[in-house]
Amino acid sequence: MSDAIVTLTEATFDEVVSGSSEPVVVDFWAEWCGPCKMIAPILDEIATEKEGDAVIAKLNVDENPSIAQRFGVMSIPTMLVFRDGEVDKRVVGAKGKAQLVEELGL
Amino acid sequence: MPTLHDVVIIGSGPAGLTAAIYTARASLEPLVLEGEPSSTGDQPGGQLMLTTEVENFPGFPEGIMGPELMLNFKAQAERFGAELHTVRASRVDFSERPFKIWVGDPDAEEPTHLAKSVIVSTGAKALMLDVPNETRLIGHGVSTCATCDGFFFRDQHIGIVGGGDSAMEEAMFLAKFAETVTVIHRRDELRASKIMQDRAMANPKIKWRWNTQVTEVLGDQSVTGVAVEDTVTGEASTMELTGLFVAIGHRPNTDLFVGQLDLHDSGYLAVEGRSSRTSVEGVFACGDVQDDVYRQAITAAGSGCAAAIDAERWLEAQE
Repeated sequence: MSDAIVTLTEATFDEVVSGSSEPVVVDFWAEWCGPCKMIAPILDEIATEKEGDAVIAKLNVDENPSIAQRFGVMSIPTMLVFRDGEVDKRVVGAKGKAQLVEELGL
Repeated sequence: MPTLHDVVIIGSGPAGLTAAIYTARASLEPLVLEGEPSSTGDQPGGQLMLTTEVENFPGFPEGIMGPELMLNFKAQAERFGAELHTVRASRVDFSERPFKIWVGDPDAEEPTHLAKSVIVSTGAKALMLDVPNETRLIGHGVSTCATCDGFFFRDQHIGIVGGGDSAMEEAMFLAKFAETVTVIHRRDELRASKIMQDRAMANPKIKWRWNTQVTEVLGDQSVTGVAVEDTVTGEASTMELTGLFVAIGHRPNTDLFVGQLDLHDSGYLAVEGRSSRTSVEGVFACGDVQDDVYRQAITAAGSGCAAAIDAERWLEAQE
């Protein structure tokens, strides 16, 4: 995993998401999800390319179920884009890089 | 100028990656266009990326996780020098040799790759019901991937549409989480194999709704139920559900080849007899894109091996 990716937990979620001046993309994922694994290297690349312009973060839904529940995540991978602490975009399902960057609005 | 490859393999499920292993070992330096990630089966690694435990792939007596099996296939292909690109082919031109393949802009003048031979292994992807609100509620209770999303339906009442082996497997997987899983099926008997039927029937959390067709998914923010119709009496009713999983079968990924290769009426690629030869000399097909009968990981892998050998022999004969 790229060093540019931030790993979130229930304890750090609010601080990172609300405290960032850049948009924060949170990837809701789990170990047992094939499509999540497929997009992991793509998110790594995006994190490196967009470093300084956007924060790319991952949240493991197995370990942090309350956050997934709070945002009504019922399918993974789901990526939420937070701007000023509010959900701005919601992208569900695995996609190719170009489409993902476009749908995330980065 | 685009590079000329001996073999370009389009698709990277069990068929494509087996073809890659064989052609790489034959020093043909195959290029594999893996496809792009998706959640419908049309993706790098193929349909097994959306499954959990694979119990019937020989060589794994304790079973193996689908995504792990596919990562092993990939590692084995790479070990022998196959080059894998995580991109989708957007257009092909098989009308003259070398064959032309585009990645990205299909209208670009110059193709991305040139190939002496092509192995098509684009597989199949999951069908959707095509009823109102289904697409809108994907990720909000409608799911195409039970293994990805079952976790979110703990202690809930959910439904699964379908009557084949995949539907049974998914129903049993979902029953580990949900309070009840109702199998909604259009007919009064299942297409699933006996062993899968028996297992599903024995599961107390799995309920059955026969002769029933979903006509609409209900729900504003998330799924609250489905509107259904009895396929015998025509009577309409609703069922309360918080999740709906769809496992009604697959469609071959042949859009790229319409007008280039002969297809059967069913949409599957046509091959000659027991070979992998398509209607264009030098283009071979393997796996689910040309198989509407067996559709197993092991038969796909076997046909990938056959396509690799067919391609290798054909290339030799050209020289």
